[in-house]
Amino acid sequence: MWVYEKKLQYPVRVSKCNPMLAKFLIEQYGGADGELAAALRYLNQRYSIPDKVVGLLTDIGTEEFAHLEMIATMVYKLTKDATPDEMREAGLGDHYANHDNALFYHNAAGAPWTATYIQAKGDPIADLYEDIAAEEKARATYQWIINMSDDPDLNDGLSFLREREVVHSQRFREAVEILKEERDRKKIF
Amino acid sequence: MSTYRKSWRPYIGPNDPCPPIEIKYYETPPNLYLGYQPYGLKQFDPSTALFKGTLWPALYAPYSNPYKKKREEEE
Amino acid sequence: MANPKQMPDEFYQWMKQLQEIDFVLVELTLYLDTHPEDYDSIKQFNEFAEKGMRLRQKIEKKYGPLMQYGQSYSGYPWNWDDPPWPWQM
Ligand SMILES: [Fe+2]
Repeated sequence: MWVYEKKLQYPVRVSKCNPMLAKFLIEQYGGADGELAAALRYLNQRYSIPDKVVGLLTDIGTEEFAHLEMIATMVYKLTKDATPDEMREAGLGDHYANHDNALFYHNAAGAPWTATYIQAKGDPIADLYEDIAAEEKARATYQWIINMSDDPDLNDGLSFLREREVVHSQRFREAVEILKEERDRKKIF
Repeated sequence: MSTYRKSWRPYIGPNDPCPPIEIKYYETPPNLYLGYQPYGLKQFDPSTALFKGTLWPALYAPYSNPYKKKREEEE
Repeated sequence: MANPKQMPDEFYQWMKQLQEIDFVLVELTLYLDTHPEDYDSIKQFNEFAEKGMRLRQKIEKKYGPLMQYGQSYSGYPWNWDDPPWPWQM
């Protein structure tokens, strides 16, 4: 089971009310390479992959939920007291018409999250290569958002999240090596 | 030591309407070079590690918008 | 209407310290998932686990539970749902 902790993984700060940045950021909430897709992808792959890498998928999948909460916190802070007019001016009129200031699992262009964003091929190598690609795509998405953001506090949190993708990719690459390893032969460091 | 950012020059055609971006950049982060992480790598202290997003300097590569400076210079 | 209780600076500082310790533990967890025989890292992991537990207890005693389903003790009345929630901090 999972147990919730009343604490963010990283102290998220946002300098100013800016719904426009929230519109971009929602890509990492409900987009193809976002944190929801990441969490569900890894946790779902656990059931059909060799035991040696189940721990890693569990732990990275769980961390992704912590990242999802960080993104939600950023969006919440960027839009909390934004008026309907401010939402519309930021390009969030379509969102507001359906959701008011509520968060929703869709991407920056408003397309709702779909399970087709994630794969589960059942082949351990195919699945881990998918995971490595997913981490690189998430890293790239953070870069594109940082490129458009002029909020230093927000970028601080986004830089943290981007670096986590680098570490996750590293671990998935190591998981591939574990599965490649010849049985009975020891790893040489 | 590897570099974590690479650049290339896209082809500029005579009929491209936008002013050309002469140099394009892409990131090649440390996970592409480290291999299986060795034991005992140097660590950041906990406060720095949280701020940087990793415990190990060997996995850390900061990112900033590579096109920002250029735009400001032109203005 | 008055704004509900604001947390003192001390709470934010302690939470930051906890985030630091727990982050080391997250990093070591993922690392140990692919390096299960690194004895020194397991030692470091256990040391930080201990540190984290002690700090968590200190925070919870003064500011209320951080976890539930019985992973933390409750005050009276039930104070699990007292603000601030993480996104409100
Ligand atoms: Fe990730």
